Amino acid sequence: MDLYEYQARDLFEKHSVPVLQGAVATTPEQARDAAAKMGSKVVVKAQVKVGGRGKAGGVKLAVDAADTFEKASAILGMDIKGHTVNKVMIAQAAPIADEYYVSILLDRSNRTFLVMASVAGGMDIEEVAHTAPEKLAKVPVSAVDGISLAKAKEIVAQAKFPADVADQVADVLVKLWETFQSEDATLVEVNPLVKTEDGRVVALDGKVTLDDNADFRQPDHEALVDHATANALEAAAKEKGLNYVKLDNGQVGIIGNGAGLVMSTLDVVAYAGEKFGGMRPANFLDIGGGASAQVMADGLSIILGDPDVKSVFVNVFGGITACDAVANGIVQALELLGPKATKPIVVRLDGNNVLEGRAILNAANHPLVEQAETMDGAASRAAELAAK
Amino acid sequence: MSIFINASSKVIVQGMTGSEGTKHTRRMLASGTKVVGGVTPGKGGQVVDIEGTSLPVFNTVAEAIAATGANVSVVFVPPKFAKAAVIDAIDAKMPLVVVITEGIPVHDSAYFYAYSLQQGTTQIIGPNCPGLISPEQSNVGIIPADITKRGPIGLVSKSGTLTYQMMYELRDIGFSTAVGIGGDPVIGTTHIDCLRAFQDDPETTAIVMIGEIGGDAEERAAAFIAEYVTKPVVGYVAGFTAPEGKTMGHAGAIVSGSSGTAQAKKDALEAAGVKVGQTPSETAQLMRDILGR
Repeated sequence: MDLYEYQARDLFEKHSVPVLQGAVATTPEQARDAAAKMGSKVVVKAQVKVGGRGKAGGVKLAVDAADTFEKASAILGMDIKGHTVNKVMIAQAAPIADEYYVSILLDRSNRTFLVMASVAGGMDIEEVAHTAPEKLAKVPVSAVDGISLAKAKEIVAQAKFPADVADQVADVLVKLWETFQSEDATLVEVNPLVKTEDGRVVALDGKVTLDDNADFRQPDHEALVDHATANALEAAAKEKGLNYVKLDNGQVGIIGNGAGLVMSTLDVVAYAGEKFGGMRPANFLDIGGGASAQVMADGLSIILGDPDVKSVFVNVFGGITACDAVANGIVQALELLGPKATKPIVVRLDGNNVLEGRAILNAANHPLVEQAETMDGAASRAAELAAK
Repeated sequence: MSIFINASSKVIVQGMTGSEGTKHTRRMLASGTKVVGGVTPGKGGQVVDIEGTSLPVFNTVAEAIAATGANVSVVFVPPKFAKAAVIDAIDAKMPLVVVITEGIPVHDSAYFYAYSLQQGTTQIIGPNCPGLISPEQSNVGIIPADITKRGPIGLVSKSGTLTYQMMYELRDIGFSTAVGIGGDPVIGTTHIDCLRAFQDDPETTAIVMIGEIGGDAEERAAAFIAEYVTKPVVGYVAGFTAPEGKTMGHAGAIVSGSSGTAQAKKDALEAAGVKVGQTPSETAQLMRDILGR
């Protein structure tokens, strides 16, 4: 889960990473009141999980509370790269002397954690990495050892931070590691980390990504989820515990078992769909190992509830899952759904107990269901039905 | 021959007394795997009867190794306890640890992977993987044993069900070993580790490599193939239609920007001389063409 800037700021504050005063507002009135409380110039910042908001006019300086009201009115409701701004952060403004960059992230390629640090912060760090790689220090951090003060000082030296801020930056790194580790983050980024004119080092803007797998030991993280921006179908699926992702511009609903097989199914459908006027998959839905009747019913009802879907492709390879259980699931799901099931369903079963599974579907003889022997054949048929 | 496991592999099951552990211990035994015991902290001394085999339960992996001579451990422990279980196995110098558990926090898997490197005596496969099978010899994990038989093809894949699908497509030819390396961002054994082992394994004459979006493991594997692998390799990559920035089940399968796309992986593999199929069936056909069967 990616956090909003204000949520990242709050997490930083919790772990004693130096930040400026900040508050979140959903209305211009709240924004004005927050600014009045701070009693200084403030920056009004659109809260969106996408880069480039500054260029889009989503960040504005306000001189006082009344001005904050005006600026917040202009920014709230704005569209930034397809993201509607529902919240703004009111941040204390500070005179900036210098801008740096630091982050801690999971380095998948090397299967370790990585710290990146640069004295050339504030701009696009990917640009720095590309045009002046010598200005971006990259230091691997072992998950076993973490970032001690000694390690932090080593990083600071490698990134060539000036002597007057070296100790403060090292301290920030240690505290960011603590944030990264204790919050189960996969990314903690501060850009910019600034030196104010009075010589303090402060995290001015932050990005944090949290690991959903750690939810069981991070009870506070549930409160950080923004339910308002989730797609309605995705939200319904999540409530049922289904692994579902809605895809744009698709007509063929997909249900399968196993993430890799479902991803492959999407591709095979898009490939087959080229012959039928460009039919494409409408979603990703992995029903996992134990495809019970209830799970199948939940999955089918989500997919049949998607107005974009014109046909459905159920693709199951029975490994541990038995195909007869899946077939029973489909039959019972259609009984549960009754007249709500209105779209043709192509089923391809293979693997464990496949003959029994196919026999069950044949015996049920449901008018919407047809079977296909192969994955490629089923994809083609589902695309053909969607194009009708 | 085969890679990583063979008929003489002695396997212990961490989490054997849990429901998943018991179910899959039964399946592993039924497919001829030499399961010699289990580990559940606090239940040491018990004996569990599975498939007519009496299996001793130990408190620690070290005790299990001392008593049984086990050289492979398979982990079915829930995410919450998985880190401790894997560290126990590493501390006991277990040579091969196969972590089936799905949903382990990446801070935990990064920790036990880093720890295994420090200790230098344990190879980890997974987590979030189906395990591996050398058909008719040994089956460690949850891969169905009855899909196919022993044969000349080596298979490495991030995905469980795509592994099964490919084994099924080529079931009449058979496999030396099929390894599901797992779809998590941090995994203990990579495509490259398996490619190297298959290249060095005399029983394996050709290799199928299945990849998916996210990360750069396939690109690295392509570079490794160009440099080291002389046996024919066919490839398949899943995730051409996956949108940027969305997680599709496998925590690792997420496209960020232009890196990690299926097209980039396909291009890299083809540049290394690997024939890449558009669908699993087409990929299987490419393998048949190579083997002339």
